[in-house]
Amino acid sequence: MTPAYSVIFFTTASGAGYGLLFLLGLFSAIEAVPADPALGWMGFGLSLGLITFGLLSSTFHLGHPERAWRALTQWQSSWLSREGVLAIFTYGPTVLFAYGWLYLGDTSGVWAVMGVLSALGAAATVFCTSMIYGTLRTIPSWANKWTPFNYMVLGLATGAVLLNALQNLLGAHSQNITMLCVGSLVLAWVGKIGFWKVDPMPYKAGSATGLGTIGEVTSLSSPNTNATFVQREMGFQVARKHADKLRRISVITLFVIPIILTVATVFVSSGLAATFAIHALIFTIIGIVTERWLFFAEAQHVVNLYYGDHRS
Amino acid sequence: MTMLPSSLPPKKLGLVIDLDICVGCHACAVNCKQWNTGGHSAPLTDHEPYGNDVFGVWFNRVHGYEVDDGKSGRAVYFPRSCLHCEDAPCVTVCPTGASYKRGEDGIVLVDHDKCIGCKLCSWSCPYGAREFDEDEGVMKKCTLCVDRVYNENLEEWERLPACVITCPAGARHFGDFADPNSDVSKMSAERGGYDLMPEMDTKPVNKYLPPRPRQLDEKPNQLLDAPEKGFLGWLDKVLS
Repeated sequence: MTPAYSVIFFTTASGAGYGLLFLLGLFSAIEAVPADPALGWMGFGLSLGLITFGLLSSTFHLGHPERAWRALTQWQSSWLSREGVLAIFTYGPTVLFAYGWLYLGDTSGVWAVMGVLSALGAAATVFCTSMIYGTLRTIPSWANKWTPFNYMVLGLATGAVLLNALQNLLGAHSQNITMLCVGSLVLAWVGKIGFWKVDPMPYKAGSATGLGTIGEVTSLSSPNTNATFVQREMGFQVARKHADKLRRISVITLFVIPIILTVATVFVSSGLAATFAIHALIFTIIGIVTERWLFFAEAQHVVNLYYGDHRS
Repeated sequence: MTMLPSSLPPKKLGLVIDLDICVGCHACAVNCKQWNTGGHSAPLTDHEPYGNDVFGVWFNRVHGYEVDDGKSGRAVYFPRSCLHCEDAPCVTVCPTGASYKRGEDGIVLVDHDKCIGCKLCSWSCPYGAREFDEDEGVMKKCTLCVDRVYNENLEEWERLPACVITCPAGARHFGDFADPNSDVSKMSAERGGYDLMPEMDTKPVNKYLPPRPRQLDEKPNQLLDAPEKGFLGWLDKVLS
């Protein structure tokens, strides 16, 4: 699949933004983080900023962005529509939760309920995003449980790395957040290993054309001299040797380095811990963008079978 | 609405494509383009139609395949277009309701005034039936010539999809698959009409008829073997 940069930016930015919002909502409700105004302003500013810019950028690849509101109508059947509806719904409790935290300094009682609702909305929105891809049977490497698992856990992990960086910047190192950071990164790593084990193309041209019952099917003549829309959109496939290299880069930058740096924050002075946490964040950003680019670039669509991919 | 019709449509309009007969002339694709660039989905945009970088919207694409049957092998021409699936994933993924399946006859269409051009329907289609119109910013697809088959301004014999009426070999047939006595239903039943990629569970309405087994392969060397009797037999003995 051809990677669209607006969609890569949208899924990574909103994933991290929702991950951060989820943690802010849940942690403050159980009083694991204080209603500190500095953390509040930075946390809500970053999470809502990432979510909002992400959502806006996702409309850039549309043929008619001015009609985007129509995408809110088909929530009964379409995961893309559900994602839009939940994204907008989540703003409600989030704004109230932020108001309680920032203006009243209160994250208990009804404001805690708002926090939990924001966290649930954030998780549900990311789940819907993942199911847009996870339900596409035409792309076998996406149509399995690893896709929602990856999107959810990577959103949580990138949100946790962000929160850890914010906390350390404010000189308020939290052991719980460090542990959560490392735990979610390890879980996301496991998720990627599982995702990469899925057979990307179990189907053959024989079943695509129905001619497999006669014998091995080879493409003899293409219908078109130049690539069609379908080939431009669905035909892109990163070279195997590049994919292997990029997988290693994403594993090192998204998991190995951030895990080492995050663990190291426990053992150093708070100044150095902040530096480590910020660097963990920078590597995570490089890693998540590489991971998301690969998510699209490695995906194989069954329509390519008609154009001569995978014989018989 | 973007949900599939809640009850089965009373009619299931679709095509039978006979791969035994198709000669790969592309006339169906060309006439489709000609009709549809002035019909329901008009225009079917072309970029540089006479240049080197030709790029345009077509609803029908004709592939050529070599099938290795372990004998002399065979070439099969294979027109590919929308199959108007009963469980059309392109309809249910649509976030706006622009992509829909008609309750009365099962034709899958796009409402171009509602389409936001997110392209998700084209991702969900296993058959590559949908092509995005970059100039109009909306998705386009085969309409099963909905603007021909019900068109009372046309003579009755002309009320067929453009691809069917133009096929010089008679490889394409249009009809109602909900009626077991229709020509298409009978043809499909007799010849073993099959679904493309049944593992996708899309339940295509269009059926493909497989190429008939070859007669020649059973006696492949008949013409090459020298006869044992007569003048040629005598000549064979003298020469060998």
